[in-house]
Amino acid sequence: MTDPNSTAPVAPNRRRWSMNWLGILPFAAFVLMFLILPTLNIVLGAFQTSTGGFTLDNIRELNSDLIRSAYFISIKISLISALFGCAIGFGMAAGMVFGDLPKWLRGPLLTFSGVASNFAGVPLAFAFIATLGPVGVVTVFLRTQIGIDLRMLGFNLLTYYGLIIVYLFFQIPLMILIITPALDGMKKEWREAASILGATGLQYWWYVALPILFPALLGTFALLFANAFGAVATAYALAGPAFTLVPITLFSQIRGDVLGNPQLGFALAFGMILITGVANVIYIVLRTRAERWMK
Amino acid sequence: MSAKRIWAWFFILFGMVYFLLPLFGMFQFSLKMLRGRYSFEAYRVVLRDPQFQTTFGYSVVLALLTIVIGTLIVVPTAYWVRLKLPRARPFVEFVTLLPLVIPPIVIVFGYIRLYNTSSILPLTGSWIGTNILVLFGYTTLALPYMYRAVDTGLRAIDVATLTEAAQSLGASWVTILARVILPNVLVSVLSGAFLTFAIVIGEYVFAALLNLNTFGPYMVWMGGNRAYEPSALAVIAFGITWVCMGLIQLVTHFSKHTKAKR
Repeated sequence: MTDPNSTAPVAPNRRRWSMNWLGILPFAAFVLMFLILPTLNIVLGAFQTSTGGFTLDNIRELNSDLIRSAYFISIKISLISALFGCAIGFGMAAGMVFGDLPKWLRGPLLTFSGVASNFAGVPLAFAFIATLGPVGVVTVFLRTQIGIDLRMLGFNLLTYYGLIIVYLFFQIPLMILIITPALDGMKKEWREAASILGATGLQYWWYVALPILFPALLGTFALLFANAFGAVATAYALAGPAFTLVPITLFSQIRGDVLGNPQLGFALAFGMILITGVANVIYIVLRTRAERWMK
Repeated sequence: MSAKRIWAWFFILFGMVYFLLPLFGMFQFSLKMLRGRYSFEAYRVVLRDPQFQTTFGYSVVLALLTIVIGTLIVVPTAYWVRLKLPRARPFVEFVTLLPLVIPPIVIVFGYIRLYNTSSILPLTGSWIGTNILVLFGYTTLALPYMYRAVDTGLRAIDVATLTEAAQSLGASWVTILARVILPNVLVSVLSGAFLTFAIVIGEYVFAALLNLNTFGPYMVWMGGNRAYEPSALAVIAFGITWVCMGLIQLVTHFSKHTKAKR
């Protein structure tokens, strides 16, 4: 029990282990103060009355017409923009990797994707207003030179599908950047094996390539969804508070309590964390699954 | 075989039209300020606007300070975790990815509630406090990119051997970090830094909700009140993003060359 030989090496070891933790103390303090505690504060606030008591009323009040429709529109826009972002981004990346296109195309396309995926927010909205807005370059060109009036056709940039068109500007490049390594990892032998066994190109894609890529695709879809769901600046610069998306509603709520109940703001934010959290968990789980094939 | 090529060209050309049209549109629109001819009048007006100069300068300073703070927090932490706390790595990595999960607007909402004038630490009550708050907020936003870049850089070097070599020559921890580790991961730090710069320079939500007159809120104000200047601002912002991404490629390329020579 009190054998000095067995206890002696353990004690300093344990002390060194605890001393080592001190090395990340600045990081821990920073993360606690500026990430964890602020978020926790919002989460707790969602379950508190204005005097600090526990309540579920805030969560229950999310079920009002205004907030329900805000969540519905936000989720719909995020889903559609993620879907199109995935489909078009996949098409472009697959074309680049497998499509026998000139080799020099790859570098510029990937660089441009890096730029475009970071060109979100206020300037992106301006670029689209200048192009497809009521007096935008393309709108005016089509009306005066070709005789197509986009407005008469029912097109308006400052609508929800207009917003989706704008969001695709950063969704597609993000898809290209994430899916290209996965496509590069597809072995030529798989395709050869499939064609030796008599598979057509379509059969190869449907029965071999897509099942392998499926986790990567669905994972990236979840990431694009979360990406669109949390975006504020682009939509706000496009139409101000006119879009009743969840982040825009929250923005107006923080600025001036438009919901008329400060506690409701916390519940709204809590719902956002919940949704982006679930989307990201899906992404992380599926990415680890997808990486099994990429060794 | 040819069907494949047709599809490939279809998607690439579609992408080119979709991506180049808005860029062309904003550039052309920005040149139309003077009636009947193309000119750089909108740029001249914007660049001469004292509001532009103040807000843009402010954002540049914030971006540079964010990079400094981010480097000071991320490099020692990533180094220490690799050297001494490998078991904590998944946990630290998870925490650094959280800013991608929690929407920025929720984080800044938390700041406003946690550090308001009636709290223990009333950061939002003073000018300097609000600036400290926004700097750490931007560092939080940059954390996922910074940490991943630096951690990847550290993977390429033998941290333990370098540390022992430096220690046996009598170097202190600060010396090791500043003169051994940092130069070795400089390319990664710079990559993270340029990305951080691109993110911070046009950031809107944090600045607007903390009532700071940075470049982001200035752009939104211009968007609501002017016709041609916003396009000029968009071109400038796009140029900055492009330069930042170009510099990342440049430093990465440069480092590959030096490694190949060795």
